[in-house]
Amino acid sequence: MHLPVIFLFLFSLAAPGAFAQDSKKEIAKYQKMIADSSPVELFELQGEDLWKKKQGPNNVSLERCDLGLGAGVLRGAYAKLPRHFNDTGRVMDLETRLLHCMTTLQGRKPEEITRSPFGTADKPSEMELLSAYLAGLSRGAKLAPGTAHPKEKASFALGKELFFHRAGAWDFSCASCHGEAGKRIRMQDLPILSKPEFARPVMATWPAYRVSNSEMKTMQWRMNDCYRQMRYPEPRFASDATVALITYLTVNARGEPYRGPGTKR
Amino acid sequence: MTRRLVLFLVAFSLHGSVTADPGAISVTQTLKRDFQARGQATMDRLDQDALQRVCTRFADQPPAALAKLLEADQMKTITFPAGSLLGDWKRGEAIAQSGRGASWSDARGAAGGGSCYNCHQLSPQEASHGTLGPSLLRFGKLRGNGPEIQKYAYGKIYNAKAYNLCSQMPRLGHSGTLTEQQIKDLVALLLDAESPVNK
Repeated sequence: MHLPVIFLFLFSLAAPGAFAQDSKKEIAKYQKMIADSSPVELFELQGEDLWKKKQGPNNVSLERCDLGLGAGVLRGAYAKLPRHFNDTGRVMDLETRLLHCMTTLQGRKPEEITRSPFGTADKPSEMELLSAYLAGLSRGAKLAPGTAHPKEKASFALGKELFFHRAGAWDFSCASCHGEAGKRIRMQDLPILSKPEFARPVMATWPAYRVSNSEMKTMQWRMNDCYRQMRYPEPRFASDATVALITYLTVNARGEPYRGPGTKR
Repeated sequence: MTRRLVLFLVAFSLHGSVTADPGAISVTQTLKRDFQARGQATMDRLDQDALQRVCTRFADQPPAALAKLLEADQMKTITFPAGSLLGDWKRGEAIAQSGRGASWSDARGAAGGGSCYNCHQLSPQEASHGTLGPSLLRFGKLRGNGPEIQKYAYGKIYNAKAYNLCSQMPRLGHSGTLTEQQIKDLVALLLDAESPVNK
């Protein structure tokens, strides 16, 4: 199906009164339709080109980047993140590790990358393209983030505390929206991300292409935009707090076969 | 529960997270290290006030006596305007629809919205409503629109925590998201006999 047709359908869904009693069924049908016609593969291909492109003061590609399984070993690597890395002494998610490789291998300045880590429909960011490519190479692999190292345990514990921590101008925690079964914001169902049965399908399909704004979105973006809507200050890209939340969510989803990058409404 | 015990619980819950590792820092300290001010979303938003601490500490289930005490404190934050609190329900509907306000992507000083439909059903014409909060359909039809219910609706929107300490509803007046007039307009949306909520 052509994209304009999808958008027309999206608008017709957004119209007031369009949701009848069987709106759930309609939404499921719509979700299947957008998944069947997703442009995710295009992002994966662009990401592969970018992975192999020589860049930065050192004029090298990212091909020797170690995502945890050894330099340049990519298949199944994403499914084992976040994890502790001995070379940095930190637990890192995919984007944090990519930032590390861009600065160490390519010799680029971190500010150059973190200034705008999230792109637009016209210009996807490097993080978005690379995330699509690398996550795609974990399709079929079970999510198995690090849980044994003391820093991995600490990251999970911090993520869990953050999930239930209430602050900000509107007194929200993550659980304010993701804490109770069967609830929605507008028409959007809210997964209870502290529970494996809800965390599994979510974490198995991020990063994801969002039809509503035609953009590839990453987990770091998801954390960032939730905190924006929670009326907090902005989480720093690749900070320990963001990694801890991603660790908590991924551990809650562990064992689920990865099947992303996904396509979301 | 005695007052002494209540005060002990307050002191305990305000102590911050208890941790076995003396090198560990609190969640608030972590947030302050890992977050940055942006636009109107300033860093002081990371400082928990008493109710945020208590609700975090007790996972939104504070002891009843403690909740009562802190709810009374929250009630003191509300200034009830004199006279009728019924504004314009049409403006109220627009405010209820808007999810803007108080975030770093909202312009400072620009009119905020109530984000009401994100969580509540209100006008029957709006099918795209959330369910985190109770349905408010026919709110005024069921309760009338006298001074008491006007006062309740105004206060609840201004500071929901005065009525239910760990409510997930933002303190829309207290946080500066909505003005007095905007809250009156929302009260009208809920209570005015002409409002679609009550049709």
